[in-house]
Amino acid sequence: MDLRWSPAEEAFRGEARGWLEANVPRGLPSGDTRAGFAAHLEWERALHAAQWAVVSWPREYGGRDATLWEWLIFEEEYYRAGAPQRVTQNGIFLLAPTLFEFGTPPQRDRYLPRMAAAQDTWCQGWSEPGAGSDLAAVRSSAVRDAAGGGWRLSGQKTWTTRGAFCTHLFGLFRTDPAAERHRGLTYFLVPLDAAGVTVRGFPRLDGDEGFADVFFDEVFVPDSDVLGTVNQGWPVAMATAGSERGLTLRSPGRFTASADRLLDRYRERPSPALRDRVVQSWIEAQAYQMFTLQQVTRLADGQASGPEASLAKLMWSELDVRLHETALALLGPEGELDGPWSRGFLFSLAGPIYAGTNEIQRNVVAERLLGLPRGPRG
Amino acid sequence: MRFELSDEATALRDAAAGLLAAEVTPAVIRAGWPGGDGGLADVGRTDGGRPGGDGGLPGEGPPNGGRPNGGLADVVWRKLAALGAVGTLVPEEHGGLGLDENSLVPLLEEVGRSGLPGPAVETIAVAAPLLPRPDILAGDTLVAVRHGDLIPFGQVAEVIVARDGDSLLSFGRNDLELIPQVAVDGSRMLARVAPASLSGPARGGTVLTDDPAVTEAAWQRGVLGTSALLIGLAWRMLELTVGYVRQREQFGVPVGSFQAVKHALANALVAVEFARPVALAAAWAQAAGAAGAARQTSAAKVLATDAAQLVARTAIQCHGALGYTTEYELHLFAKRVWALAAAWGDPAAHRALIADSIGVAGG
Repeated sequence: MDLRWSPAEEAFRGEARGWLEANVPRGLPSGDTRAGFAAHLEWERALHAAQWAVVSWPREYGGRDATLWEWLIFEEEYYRAGAPQRVTQNGIFLLAPTLFEFGTPPQRDRYLPRMAAAQDTWCQGWSEPGAGSDLAAVRSSAVRDAAGGGWRLSGQKTWTTRGAFCTHLFGLFRTDPAAERHRGLTYFLVPLDAAGVTVRGFPRLDGDEGFADVFFDEVFVPDSDVLGTVNQGWPVAMATAGSERGLTLRSPGRFTASADRLLDRYRERPSPALRDRVVQSWIEAQAYQMFTLQQVTRLADGQASGPEASLAKLMWSELDVRLHETALALLGPEGELDGPWSRGFLFSLAGPIYAGTNEIQRNVVAERLLGLPRGPRG
Repeated sequence: MRFELSDEATALRDAAAGLLAAEVTPAVIRAGWPGGDGGLADVGRTDGGRPGGDGGLPGEGPPNGGRPNGGLADVVWRKLAALGAVGTLVPEEHGGLGLDENSLVPLLEEVGRSGLPGPAVETIAVAAPLLPRPDILAGDTLVAVRHGDLIPFGQVAEVIVARDGDSLLSFGRNDLELIPQVAVDGSRMLARVAPASLSGPARGGTVLTDDPAVTEAAWQRGVLGTSALLIGLAWRMLELTVGYVRQREQFGVPVGSFQAVKHALANALVAVEFARPVALAAAWAQAAGAAGAARQTSAAKVLATDAAQLVARTAIQCHGALGYTTEYELHLFAKRVWALAAAWGDPAAHRALIADSIGVAGG
């Protein structure tokens, strides 16, 4: 055990803090509106210009070759400085690790630099009207177009976060209609300006146009935009989902920063009856940080991230809801006003749903970590 | 930055775990109860295997002489001591292992997991570094710690440590008038100090330290060690329950295949996995003398207590009626959790300490 940062890491932290304090924009509108999304892209491009957009990536793709530890430090500083959640997150945190693992060199060269620079923005194409938690039930299909050297995609994806604003989508489509369930699926990379794509934005719980339906009508995608192997898309998608549940999407810095703001809020207007709940949120954010340090040590030693990602997802998503409930209780009658805490609360309610509902995560924990028998489920 | 057990912590933990797994049978745990039968004593008994009925206390006698079968746990305790475990925190020149709190937590997790009855936290974590007597390091003498007028293990310990402000005092058992108490967890061997012993100048007390920092550090080790015991107890109850729901069939399938059961146990595991790194981090902070060590320790006690209580509740529920018996071993662990929840500061007390430390004191 050694829970100290090295001088080099402290120097990295100092550099990040200095830049962020001088550059984090104040008062950005929600990134889940058309105007807000554009404003966020400006911020993301400023991050990229200063080489802070994707610190853990190789330099050739716009990163700093930062270690996982440095990435954690950057995330802490990012949220400590009050910077907004990344509208590029589905690309840089979810698709990118998958591209590094499964992508061809041309795919990496084609997509990663533009993703890092917030030129291309990516949304996920998982859920369909009939396939949510049961992702293997996707029915959107891809039919071989031998003459064109590619595939024709048809069907509907839905609840696609920022789908109305993004330039690209990654997702699963059924390429072998005869295959059962999670076999016969292929992972495609699709530009949303392709002929045959129709996007219809619709409001999320917070009223912003953060969701979209994406309709595909024989949309042509070349073979070069298949990620991984045809009919072998499931393990590729699971790699992306693992990133979403675990470390890369939800670093502890976001929650320790929220907990610190909750403490500030309490100090402004102490409410002794709520003190224990405030303290509990602080404790839980600390606990998620310690849990993460333990996980990162294992990852840094080359161990694979496994079902522990489901533990992490249960932890951060539930603590985030509790933290925001406590914040609203502290605000009292002011809590019903539209503001950062009420918006944060609404967003926190999505956490136990996206990236695999917490019910699915509990199944994973019970079956793969505790060794309980599988239930009557696919 | 590395968050992992050191080689020596792992070695001590593994050695202790192997010994405890082999030696601490349910019979050994039950032997730690008054009457020596782990809560079965009331069946068909009229004099009760109740404290006070044993007639061995207060008074002279060999260690633990008041316990029928008490020697079973003592044998294991001495074997644990022979591994060096009692002297974990004692410098090598005083006959100890010369390790620190980073090794203490994994060791006490295993003690908690095993269910070994006795004052392990009090003796190993609190007292031994201040009182590295050969008889204590060899496992011949147990040490208890007074909390108010209650003394867990006061019926079996030869040495009793009491905090008096910034000082720690030690008493021989005969220096205090002790009244055995019936407790939910019989293996706590609880005693109450007679009011006469509390009023007036303490009789026979020896100052172990009057250094406020040393006193506080010893107390913090007690909180930390108790957190580790709770985490170990939680693991054990989870293991018991997982084993049970995998083989118990209803409606023609293992009850562990039902999502209602799975989700309850998954939540229990999350709570334990949340608590454990905080206890390890608190251990590191104590050993390193890091700022915020006390607050980390309090966080560990809060999370370990909440986790162990959740696991106890879940374990009993998932065992159905079997969990509501004293013939089955689950209660031996659950009752210890309920006792330890309030020991060394309950979650509310530790949340209050954290609140003061992070500047959100009550308005």
